[in-house]
Amino acid sequence: MNNLIILPIIFPFIIGAILIIFSKKHKLQRVISGVASILMLILTIYLAIIVFQDGIIVLEASNWPAPFGIVLVADMFATLMLLLTAIISTACLFFAFKTITPKREKFYFYAFYYFLLVGVNGAFLTGDIFNLFVFFEVLLLSSYGLIVHGGTKYQLRESFKYVIINVFTSALFVVAISWLYSVTGTLNMAHISERVAEMEQTGVINIIAMMLFIVFATKGALFPLYFWLPKSYFGPPAAIAALFGGLLTKVGIYAIIRVFTLIFYHDVEYSHKMIISIAAGFTMLLGVLGAVSQFDFKRILSYHIISQVGYMVMGLGIFTPLAVAGAIFYIAHHMVVKTALFLFEGAAKRVTGLSDLRQMGGLLKTHPWLAWLFFITAISLAGIPPFSGFFSKFPIILAGFQEEQYILAGVALLVGLLTLFSMMKIFGFAFWGKQKHTEEQANINIRKLLVPVAPLVLLTIVLGFAAEPVFQYSLQVAEQIMDPQIYIDSVLKE
Amino acid sequence: MEIVMSIVIGIVFAVSVYLLLSRNLIRIILGTLTISHGVHLLLITMSELQRGAPPLLNLGEENYTDPLPQALVLTAIVIAFGVTSMLLVMAYRTYQEHKTEDLEQLRGSEDE
Repeated sequence: MNNLIILPIIFPFIIGAILIIFSKKHKLQRVISGVASILMLILTIYLAIIVFQDGIIVLEASNWPAPFGIVLVADMFATLMLLLTAIISTACLFFAFKTITPKREKFYFYAFYYFLLVGVNGAFLTGDIFNLFVFFEVLLLSSYGLIVHGGTKYQLRESFKYVIINVFTSALFVVAISWLYSVTGTLNMAHISERVAEMEQTGVINIIAMMLFIVFATKGALFPLYFWLPKSYFGPPAAIAALFGGLLTKVGIYAIIRVFTLIFYHDVEYSHKMIISIAAGFTMLLGVLGAVSQFDFKRILSYHIISQVGYMVMGLGIFTPLAVAGAIFYIAHHMVVKTALFLFEGAAKRVTGLSDLRQMGGLLKTHPWLAWLFFITAISLAGIPPFSGFFSKFPIILAGFQEEQYILAGVALLVGLLTLFSMMKIFGFAFWGKQKHTEEQANINIRKLLVPVAPLVLLTIVLGFAAEPVFQYSLQVAEQIMDPQIYIDSVLKE
Repeated sequence: MEIVMSIVIGIVFAVSVYLLLSRNLIRIILGTLTISHGVHLLLITMSELQRGAPPLLNLGEENYTDPLPQALVLTAIVIAFGVTSMLLVMAYRTYQEHKTEDLEQLRGSEDE
């Protein structure tokens, strides 16, 4: 029974290995990877239900007891993230079938894709901080492969910078781990949490906490370490950009939330209310200002990743159950919506052949389905009811006012307004106005491209209309992660 | 001994930061290589440099060495090796496409 939770790691790993063998047969690769991703989806739904009903599942690898061996821990937060990963990776994969050329497919595209999922799922499930580093490296190495996949001039130039920044932060990650090991003498996160609680969080522990924050903030694109994101996400094709935009920064955010609820929660006034809140405020504001200044479909979306990552971290910074629940709801909403928007960008590019808004126009007349589905997703992102964006921002901002963080809450409201502005800018330029693409382009049929994206749009509508049960679920997740004793007890079995 | 190691690690880090801040692709890769060496040394040093028997039962020894940092370093070395080889390939491809290894010329134009 416990062995079930290794499946989200081992299953994509085996599929990735099989896909290497069949790398030259792109039809067969599509069948294998498509079936496998549906199976992953079923598996993660099943896991989420089990963990919701029966509580945390812990797997001790090779039966080594907890603080000594490596543990995998599936709590509600981890299973929720696994489920979201499966949903958006399935959508991106089916979009990739239609958009990635067979030439690219033959160069291990799907193998990289599955190894990326190994790293992401592993990072969500692991209960050991060095293992977290290893899984981060697995996902980063696959992401290096995917981001440069196809090897265009632009991709090579910007991906090199992306890789260097990530290699440097990974080095800092190991530095932080070695400090943590020398101070606490353990690597098991539950055990570290216990030791830190005994030692009280002062001086050196705070330094380690901030070092880990810097590492995860770089991976999660927080102020002032987000500079790598917009340019590097511009290069790869839409299916990969959508997967990265929806998934990769959120792994960093997951790690921040995990570490700052499980281990470093003793000095909330300093770490959460000051450092994280300030970082969140600037991230939101500067991200959205970057988006407002852009005139490119994909770049606007990339800058919006940054500003919305700020909301999630803001929820953590306020650090009440309501705010953290809001942050978790927001992660769910954001992963779904952002992936859909990037995929719409890919569909629009299929028609017009470019992503510069000033040279686009009139898509509403020639491709109404694309336009209206985009419209729903865009206003959901901006936070207009009745879609999920409104109901996920509402608890965060409400908690901000309750905790008298007026500046932060005010910034969040302003950012919502500017988000609406830049989404309407995309809609106004690309979909309204005079038709700027040729008649030939207007006849391009993109229905098949919209099929994998439509479920995501449906999901944002469902999350909006079923906001009450989803929010109750988020609240339970938040209560579970804000009480570290639950996690510690189930890992160390005391 | 830890003090000496700390100074060595500091020097290695300084060298690698200098290399990372240069404009040549190969030098930057050498920078990542040295920074990973510095990190590995740090990982070994932070768990105290001990001399002792292998950590096996029934050997009748008083002092045991902590085996964990060595396992960690081994993992980290393998990862650094993989990343470095990936980086070398990427740098070579970048050079092939752009005909330059000077990052000043790889900045990208403003209108992109």
